[in-house]
Amino acid sequence: MVKQNCRLVYGKTLVELGTRNERIVVLEADLGKSTMTSLFQEVFPERYFEMGIAEQNMVSTAAGLAISGKIPFVNSFAVFSTGRVYDQIRQSICLGKVNVKIMGSSCGLSDFSDGATHQGIEDIALMRVLPNMTVLAPVDGIETKKVIEAAVDYEGPVYIRLNRNEIPDMTCESDKFLIGMPSIIRQGNDITVFANGYMVWEAMKAAITLEKEGISVRVVNVSSLKPVNEIAIRDLSAGMKGIITIEEHSIIGGLGSLITFILRGWPIPIECLAINDQFGQSALTYESLLGYYHLNEKEVVKTAKRIISY
Amino acid sequence: MPLTEKQIKYFELTARNLRRKIVTMIGPDNPGHLGGSCSIADILTVLYFHRMRHNPADPKWPGRDRFILSKGHAALALYSVLSECGYFPWEELATIKHLGSILQGHPDMLKVPGIEANTGSLGQGLSIACGMAMAGKLDKSDYRVYCIMGDGEIAEGQIWEASMAASYYKLDNLTAILDKNRVMATGPITERYDTNPHKEKWLANNWFVIEADGHNFSDIVDALEKAASNTGKPTLIIAHTVKGKGIPFAEGKAAFHNGIMNKEQYYEALEALKE
Repeated sequence: MVKQNCRLVYGKTLVELGTRNERIVVLEADLGKSTMTSLFQEVFPERYFEMGIAEQNMVSTAAGLAISGKIPFVNSFAVFSTGRVYDQIRQSICLGKVNVKIMGSSCGLSDFSDGATHQGIEDIALMRVLPNMTVLAPVDGIETKKVIEAAVDYEGPVYIRLNRNEIPDMTCESDKFLIGMPSIIRQGNDITVFANGYMVWEAMKAAITLEKEGISVRVVNVSSLKPVNEIAIRDLSAGMKGIITIEEHSIIGGLGSLITFILRGWPIPIECLAINDQFGQSALTYESLLGYYHLNEKEVVKTAKRIISY
Repeated sequence: MPLTEKQIKYFELTARNLRRKIVTMIGPDNPGHLGGSCSIADILTVLYFHRMRHNPADPKWPGRDRFILSKGHAALALYSVLSECGYFPWEELATIKHLGSILQGHPDMLKVPGIEANTGSLGQGLSIACGMAMAGKLDKSDYRVYCIMGDGEIAEGQIWEASMAASYYKLDNLTAILDKNRVMATGPITERYDTNPHKEKWLANNWFVIEADGHNFSDIVDALEKAASNTGKPTLIIAHTVKGKGIPFAEGKAAFHNGIMNKEQYYEALEALKE
């Protein structure tokens, strides 16, 4: 099993794309060694702007750069790059459909040790609600590279959340990433699990466990949360005994909300695993924190069995 | 070079036209941002008819100077000057705030030619202007960026983030103008929330600071020239202005920040702005 750190992949991809595309500029708020934009700074110091610990100015400055033809990437932890600057994103960027890429590093519970202040578990809700915004959450290192490339090719505001920790590769180099399209990671025909980010891995482990018990699980990676191809979501749900969603995000406004909305009116059991309208906390390990909020293989297995028993 | 009498006459006539358009756009018995629009009409006149390099026939011309109205609620003044320049037909002014109009309550870059950014949520315009100035430096382009802020607006923390960033990045292609009309929506700033002292704060942030009478054309021209020849630092022009300037009953009055003129006041305003 190959593991990669998405932040590192992001930093390297920025350098690669920055070589080909002079319009790319990077803005940072004193977290460059964590978000890995420091890699871009080493190669392109003239296109790298340390904006100090002043995220609001960073975001609106990026809007000015983008209106002037640049493709700015603004960086911070997901909790700050969406929440602290929500109004700047709304007014300076989304209203004018300005071509800024917003990076949400250390998303979800992945910054397990820093606690609630640093855990971005409302970011998807905040970004999905904004008109003109595209919201992406790559599943692994391989997909991270493709997501960054797609964001550069797309003209308009994009929010991308990235996990802080080492993540196993779940996709292949040859897999295509298309904004809006969910992708099947594992085939199955009893239950569909819609997941994103690291939760896809937990869903995969659950699928293997459940297979041994005769329950066949389809695992779908919904890395494009907005836009999302609703027909594809319905096709991937049709004929199943039940649906499970799992995400490292609040139960309000994330993947669970999205899928239940798309499948509204369907006579099919849907269970949503997410953080139940509460803040995070510190933990010594990522796994223990995920376990506390019922976001792991065990919980998917339990939920799937409950659905089958209905 | 001092302005000729003819130039000053031309500016006066233009500024009066702008104010008349502002008053007409609001009309009687409607709320509208009369005060803060009239306080910047003379500055906009000099910017658009003298100082700025721009082409209304090609609003996206890469070499143009940029103007950002950070105090976006003064959109009426911006619409007036853009229509006066010919960015869009003056007939559009009659549609202001109507459903489907290009002229929204606050400036919309996707709808109106000549508008460079969406502003209205206060405190964001200076940052946007900084981004444009940084892009100009990256592209080795010699355009300048102008940004008007309100003296009430600069209570926003983001202004001070941008103020620090602009001097750190030595944005000498940026001229910010503080419309010091001394009155915020709810009253005089010295009685409500005093953002003074202005000069000392911007000097401390390492800006080049000039003071000017925001209703004296020679003063405005002079200040803008000094700003353009300054190197190594961004420039702030503290423009001393009068809220509601040119409208006798509205001058210095918070009531006309976003006030309603009755019919008598409406005609009185137009009378005061007669040629």
